[in-house]
Amino acid sequence: MVSAMEIYKLLPNSACKECGFSSCMALAVALLNREKKLEDCPALFDPKYADKLKKLQELLEPLQKASETGLIIHEEKCFGCGNCVVACPVNVAADPTGCAVGQGPKSDRVILVVEDGVVKCLNVKECRRFGPQGTQCNACTATCPSKAIEFV
Amino acid sequence: MAVCTGCSLLCDDIEVALKAGGFDKVKNLCRKGHSHFQTVWGERTGPVVDGQEVSQDQAIERAAEILKDAKRPLLLGWANTSLEAQSVGIDLARKLGATIDDASPFCQGLLMERVLTGKLPTCTLDDVRNFADVSLYWGSDPSNSHPRHLSRFAYYPRGSKRQKSYEEERTMIVVDVRRSSTVELADMFFQVLPGGDADFIAAVTSVLDGKIPKFGDKKRMIELGKLLKKTEFGAVFPGPGLVQSLGGKMDLLDGLLERLNQLVPFKVIPVVGHYNARGFNQLLLDQTGFVNQVSFAGDKPAHGPECSVVEAARSCDACLVIGSDPLSSLPFGTAGALSKLPTIAIDPCRTLTTDAASVVIPSAMYGLEAGGSALRMDGVKVGFEPILETDLPPDEEILRRLLEAV
Ligand code: SF4
Ligand code: SF4
Ligand code: SF4
Repeated sequence: MVSAMEIYKLLPNSACKECGFSSCMALAVALLNREKKLEDCPALFDPKYADKLKKLQELLEPLQKASETGLIIHEEKCFGCGNCVVACPVNVAADPTGCAVGQGPKSDRVILVVEDGVVKCLNVKECRRFGPQGTQCNACTATCPSKAIEFV
Repeated sequence: MAVCTGCSLLCDDIEVALKAGGFDKVKNLCRKGHSHFQTVWGERTGPVVDGQEVSQDQAIERAAEILKDAKRPLLLGWANTSLEAQSVGIDLARKLGATIDDASPFCQGLLMERVLTGKLPTCTLDDVRNFADVSLYWGSDPSNSHPRHLSRFAYYPRGSKRQKSYEEERTMIVVDVRRSSTVELADMFFQVLPGGDADFIAAVTSVLDGKIPKFGDKKRMIELGKLLKKTEFGAVFPGPGLVQSLGGKMDLLDGLLERLNQLVPFKVIPVVGHYNARGFNQLLLDQTGFVNQVSFAGDKPAHGPECSVVEAARSCDACLVIGSDPLSSLPFGTAGALSKLPTIAIDPCRTLTTDAASVVIPSAMYGLEAGGSALRMDGVKVGFEPILETDLPPDEEILRRLLEAV
């Protein structure tokens, strides 16, 4: 996954503060968290940074597909094994007779489900990572055998 | 709810919404099961005799003639069909004086025989979910072969006695020659050399006896010994890797399980692939006393390597294949010998075997177009109902017609 350092290395590093931050590193973190866009850095659009801009666009592209909690699903890698579905603590609490005991979800309040052979993310607001108070839960990504899901 | 016949877990919580000409949405089916379901819309077989399209009745008539004329017919396959069809198949073999076999002699027949005859202790997967605190995958990689094995039973779900499940109460161990996808999730991984399982067994037996192991990392082996000794309910899931590696030395596994069970309860569930592989071995055992390789040529059923596919493929003069694709799955020499015989293939879908067969009889797909039942890998019987309509007869009906005609 992309790191703030990788993004930082591609920024102009001129500390112009046009983006509203006091350092390019702070912008790098904000870009990673999808709180800012590349357009917030006017200096980057100078033709002399064209190469860097292109690389940054490529680097950040996968992040655009992430959910509000930063979950990225690589469908092509997913086995549909349901490990994440059964391990997610929110699924377990919301669905004691389904997900909790290894069955397919019986409740519509679950976050992760397997549909058409691959994982899908619903009810993203229920995720423990959601919003500024979110925790660093990783039960879903840690139980995936194929790295089909990850957080940015 | 539909049942998936994509592997021997026979998942029974599949929700299917249909639309014209396909599935609108299918829930809970893993990727493997999903591609299995899609084959129903894929390349299907039609009735064929000697390369010519014929009617279903003509194909069945021709098949009956071939079987009647044969002196030593072989009935082969059986892992992907219902218990009901397998049962009629055994009747057909008896009536024809034929040899009947599946692919288990190449695979896990030696292990399955031990489990079915009670030589190795076993339990159900529901017991594993409810009670097991140690799951040991040995030469098996369920994440690829049986994708929902860990989530439905062995590691992630909460069971009646395992409410804290994988987070606190379960340990998953993998023994394999390579770093499989399942290894990524394991608490402990022991890598063995190809053919090195016998050494590993010796090392585990040493640590159980409190001796220093001769194999592998001594510290980790001792750690494993400690874990095994304090297990409350252990389950071993051996796969083809272990059975092939031990070969004729399966008694080493018997010995290890005996030693373990003197200390703590440890059960064995063979990780067989096809959805009703266990069913065939069980039915044949019930009826003949043998799990595979049976010949009905004499007064009473005979068993032995001379009745195996390998030998029979060379000595028989006609072959009926059902519920498998031996030309792509069996070793080259055997497949080659088979391809020279007059062959009848009963299969819903096009395979290498149906392409090469003299007679092809299309059938309905079990679980999708036909109802019946099968034995899950742990021996639990799972019934299924069709979810799609078809004019095609199920295997059971085709075999019944052959039984009447011969
Ligand atoms: S981060 Fe935690 S709560 Fe959110 S989907 Fe993953 S397992 Fe569930
Ligand atoms: S995302 Fe990973 S854990 Fe979840 S179903 Fe897909 S392969 Fe399994
Ligand atoms: S684990 Fe096996 S039975 Fe279950 S859905 Fe997947 S292929 Fe089908």
